[in-house]
Amino acid sequence: MEYNNIITHPKFIKEGKTVAFSDEIMAKVQSLIRRYPDGQQKSALLPVLHIAQEELGGFLSVDVMDYVASLLGIQPIEVYEVATFYSMFYLDKMGKYVIEVCRTGPCAISGGEQILAHLQDVLEIKPGETTSDGIFSLKEVECLGSCGTGPVMQVNTEYYEKLTPGKVDKLLEDLREYVNRDKQGDSSWAENFC
Amino acid sequence: MGRKLLLANIDVPGIRGFDAYRAHGGYAAVEKALRGMSVSEVSAEVNRSGLRGRGGAGFPTGLKWSFLDRKSDKPRYLVCNADESEPGTFKDRYLMHHLPHLLIEGLIISSYALGVNTCYIYIRGEFKYIVGILERAIREAHQHGFLGENILGTGFSLNIYVHPGAGAYICGEETALLESLEGKRGNPRIKPPFPAFKGLYGCPTVVNNVETLATVVPIINMGGDEYARIGRGKSTGTKLISASGNINNPGVFEIEMGLPVEDFIYAPEYCGGIANEKYLKAVIPGGSSVPILPADLMLNTAKGEKRLMTYESLADGDFVSGTMLGSGGFIVYDEDQCIVRNTLNLTHFYRHESCGQCSPCREGTSWMEKVLYRLEHGEGKMSDIDLLVRVAKNIEGNTICPLGDAAAWPVASAIRHFRGEFEYHVKHPEVVKNVHHGALKIEKESLIPDSGTGVNYW
Ligand SMILES: Cc1cc2nc3c(=O)[nH]c(=O)nc-3n(C[C@H](O)[C@H](O)[C@H](O)COP(=O)(O)O)c2cc1C
Ligand code: SF4
Ligand code: FES
Repeated sequence: MEYNNIITHPKFIKEGKTVAFSDEIMAKVQSLIRRYPDGQQKSALLPVLHIAQEELGGFLSVDVMDYVASLLGIQPIEVYEVATFYSMFYLDKMGKYVIEVCRTGPCAISGGEQILAHLQDVLEIKPGETTSDGIFSLKEVECLGSCGTGPVMQVNTEYYEKLTPGKVDKLLEDLREYVNRDKQGDSSWAENFC
Repeated sequence: MGRKLLLANIDVPGIRGFDAYRAHGGYAAVEKALRGMSVSEVSAEVNRSGLRGRGGAGFPTGLKWSFLDRKSDKPRYLVCNADESEPGTFKDRYLMHHLPHLLIEGLIISSYALGVNTCYIYIRGEFKYIVGILERAIREAHQHGFLGENILGTGFSLNIYVHPGAGAYICGEETALLESLEGKRGNPRIKPPFPAFKGLYGCPTVVNNVETLATVVPIINMGGDEYARIGRGKSTGTKLISASGNINNPGVFEIEMGLPVEDFIYAPEYCGGIANEKYLKAVIPGGSSVPILPADLMLNTAKGEKRLMTYESLADGDFVSGTMLGSGGFIVYDEDQCIVRNTLNLTHFYRHESCGQCSPCREGTSWMEKVLYRLEHGEGKMSDIDLLVRVAKNIEGNTICPLGDAAAWPVASAIRHFRGEFEYHVKHPEVVKNVHHGALKIEKESLIPDSGTGVNYW
């Protein structure tokens, strides 16, 4: 029986690639798994998916999810159901920089709406879309826990606060520069776990 | 200025690191508790302090700890709730960012009192950089003998691990948090059984908020009785309030419980008054889930008494004319803000964050959003207002977890106190359609089609 046909999702992307962590990252992943009691290695799923998304292509393809399932000794469906629940996991290819603008009340009343409108204007995309050069994706997100310094957005999980349209322009310019110099942005998930 | 128990040393250079923290009295409470106090003495101090949970519900911490099943032969767990996703709340982030060792110290003492050898900090995934800050603090504490095996030679052992979430407000609810920590979708569990009996991996578990656990440190240092003398009545001690919205000084403030709300809003050392010399229109004082109050009821209770920053005073008048202290997410609205628009914005939030398990919450939130969208865009009918009240009432109390209530209360309270504004939207569609009013917008495309649910089920 062909199970692959059952486990599909309109959004899932299967690239048919073989994916694997580097030895260094794998050591980190193994030490994360050891943080949970014997037999509870599934607990490491969220942290490992964060690392996988970051290290293995910027989104969770079926190949990546199946690989994570095999590492943790769980069924692929157990990974799929989690990947579709949490907003930080992407099922689609994303731009190099994912810009996530807070849309919730406190930010919105301190100028967040204008920031989102400005980003749509200059990037010429809507929330949920990626620029044609593949550099920027735009997303609306809910409260980022930074309401006192709104409007707020995250670029690849790095916080940018007290935004103005001018600050946004400058940031986009800097990020475009970094693309050519290949700056990674903020510290990686693997680095953060010591 | 009130007393500072948590944030006293926040301006000390390098206080994020172990050395500066230690040089300013850090880890003295761990030494005092582990060397000189029995497990039950530590719990007794917390009991006497009158400390109430700072995560939102205000449940007495000592009492919660006393429920922990100590007869079970399974391991016990302490889980620190650092999910902080309630709109308007950003105090835990501030505390962990600046004073990570204060939290670690609180976790060590609390774990000792609870007989716990493994503790997890569940932190929202968006706070990725704070994962790094906490991990460094944990490593430093290990290096100095405050974590690991046989701490301070007392025979007590403890490991603390940081566990990131991945973007889901519902994972702040304690049983959803435990599911998530087990590597599953964040679907809240039916209670009972309570986590004190069946929590993480089916083992006895205590879940407490970051600020609650950090507050255990000053309680041990000064003694529970002394702590209880600060504050007012059953609202003892100090509370971190995160203030946002249309004020001059948004930020995190440590206040002594009992401070008048008016002083908090207008005093220069706190919010510093309404920005741009506007008038105060309304406040949501405890995170977006608690009822909104108009300015007059916020400053004075219906009985005409000054309203104070305490659990009791904010709740005075129940839901007819009162609200809740909640998580201390204090959101201030000036005269320009449109209440209908704001209610739509918040309802969009709850619809998006509903886990989808219970029909009243899943369907009710998306129904309310659609009706609010109509009203906000000048397409509503008078009967829509009562329809909203009815839908909110039917969600409330009929769901597995309190997110349903949290979605219903903002709608019910907005209509209770600002019905005229909703009626205005029906009577003057051309005005609300054409005049830019308030600063909150929802795109029509983002509404859920009638056939769908509010959740990304497949
Ligand atoms: C929908 C929902 C979201 C919640 N989010 C949080 C949160 O982000 N942080 C938190 O500490 N408590 C949150 N809570 C409350 C927790 O369920 C729990 O009561 C709290 O962590 C207990 O800690 P405390 O007794 O120290 O306050 C939330 C509750 C609900 C229903
Ligand atoms: S009330 Fe809402 S969030 Fe809570 S369990 Fe039910 S559907 Fe999920
Ligand atoms: S509302 Fe934007 S960070 Fe809280």
